Amino acid sequence: MKRTGLFTLQLAFTLLVCAFMLVPIVLSVMAGLTRNYFQGIESGLTFDWVIQVWTAYAPTVWLSLQLALACALCCVVIGVPAAYALVRLDNRLSRAVEELLVLPVAMPGFATALALLLTYGHYSGFRSSAGFILVGHVLFTLPFLVRPVMAVMQRSHLPVLEEAAASLGAGPARRFFGIVVPNARAGILAGTLMVITLSLGEFNLTWMLHTPLTKTLPVGLADSYASARLEVGSAYTLIFLMLIVPLLVALQVVSNRLSRGALR
Amino acid sequence: MTGTAIRLRQCAKTFQGGQTALSPIDLDVRPGETLVFLGPSGCGKTTTLRLIAGLETPDAGGRILFGDDDVTDVPIEKRGVGMVFQSYALFSNLDVAGNVAYGLKVRGMPKAERATRVAEMLELMHLQDFADRSIHALSGGQRQRVALARALAARPRILLLDEPLAALDAQLREQLRVDIDRLLRTLHITAIYVTHDQAEAMALGDRIVVMENGRIAQIGTPQDIYQRPANAFVAGFIGNLNRFDVLAHEQGRARVAGGWLPWNDTSATVLCCRPEHLEIVHANGALQGQVLGQFFQGAHTRVLVDIGNGRQLLVDSRDDRLRQRGDLIEMNVTGPLFALAA
Repeated sequence: MKRTGLFTLQLAFTLLVCAFMLVPIVLSVMAGLTRNYFQGIESGLTFDWVIQVWTAYAPTVWLSLQLALACALCCVVIGVPAAYALVRLDNRLSRAVEELLVLPVAMPGFATALALLLTYGHYSGFRSSAGFILVGHVLFTLPFLVRPVMAVMQRSHLPVLEEAAASLGAGPARRFFGIVVPNARAGILAGTLMVITLSLGEFNLTWMLHTPLTKTLPVGLADSYASARLEVGSAYTLIFLMLIVPLLVALQVVSNRLSRGALR
Repeated sequence: MTGTAIRLRQCAKTFQGGQTALSPIDLDVRPGETLVFLGPSGCGKTTTLRLIAGLETPDAGGRILFGDDDVTDVPIEKRGVGMVFQSYALFSNLDVAGNVAYGLKVRGMPKAERATRVAEMLELMHLQDFADRSIHALSGGQRQRVALARALAARPRILLLDEPLAALDAQLREQLRVDIDRLLRTLHITAIYVTHDQAEAMALGDRIVVMENGRIAQIGTPQDIYQRPANAFVAGFIGNLNRFDVLAHEQGRARVAGGWLPWNDTSATVLCCRPEHLEIVHANGALQGQVLGQFFQGAHTRVLVDIGNGRQLLVDSRDDRLRQRGDLIEMNVTGPLFALAA
């Protein structure tokens, strides 16, 4: 096949854009593995920085993972019934609620965090627990679960399926858990992965809500960039990438299968 | 199974926003009978089915009885109805056997008994080889047979079918119609069948309820409705119909465009007859007209005839003579003529 000059031009442009996006990541990763960043790669490669970060910041990694899982759990418990209710009601009120759900995403995280602090800051037990951050994360990530679940529910003829189940003797609870949830599982899975990813990387809200004892990975990252050597911050980034990239890949796989309808 | 009678008393349905879907109707469905609701979309046939199912509640004052039980306030899950939907509504998270077993499981039937019943239902619907299949692996016809097996597995008092064949192509539709017919005849279950297809209604119904604008236009056997339609709407909806405007009455005859029709009652203003009840004759026909076109349809040939005054007739002719556009022909009425209110 003969390639035109235009094709070459487009390829060059695409590669340029890829390089623009990827080179900083590669540089950052390399910085985390270089013995001395200012002397450059000639100073040799080492895992020392990664180990140092791990010894100092391992608790932030665990806390972030726990928070992400707890956040996903909360979102599923709140979000799936909410999505169901919104799909079933489908009136002006439900559409308004759907819009309101997205508000914490549209608003600057600092503003949401400030509102939470003003309202609940004086419950010191709650304020100093990781649960406080969890509330922020759930507020922020909930629409990312509700939206895909609603989409799947809307296109899976849920009302008729429920009518069929009802005619076969199933009451409301049985219909919800036996028919609605299994038929929305693809949306729930996609939403859950999205929520975990977002919760792991969330910084704005968390920075405002955290205490020295409830530091998450991104907050620790900012900390280390601000106070420690550049190599330490970069090694930290490497750890974060190792957590988040497999999740993003999983998300892509799920959404691919979703669009092919394999999970329906 | 022995059939359960259904009685509707003054059942009306007004939707939110004041739109009347159903004017108050009274209806008696006999035990074991297949009753077909027939009508165009929006005539209230599906609403009536949903009232019987318990998916809608009638406006205040309406009562629904199954046998001697007043089920008006009983939710659908306790009414003991089986339902079959146009979109199949199968549970894609369960396999074929899982779908058929669903209603039995919900009712707490022991596992061994359940397996026996499922096998029995699958065999009844010729699906025994499909028990472990995923719903996605089935054709439309197979899906609807699974839906039928699922609806019948728990031995419902009443079977409700909402346009079950509408999503299938013509050949499958015919096949499944025969299957459904066989099933309803063997089970003697009271069945309500909703359709907009008059051929389906005539083939399946013990009686047909023709509905129009939320009202019952006529109830009767398929023969009644075809041969003695109660009004112009029913006559026009079922089969093809030739309409003659009566121009004058004279000595036991009615003068119409194109000729005369034998008719005594001088109050009639519109006379009708079916295309198969007109015969093309060589001479001395009661009606004359000019051929507009001829369409071979297998068992008969449909001839379109212009009889003047802008009126056209459909004639189903059994001979296979070739007629040309513009040929003059004469016709006689060989079957029932009936008068309709204009």
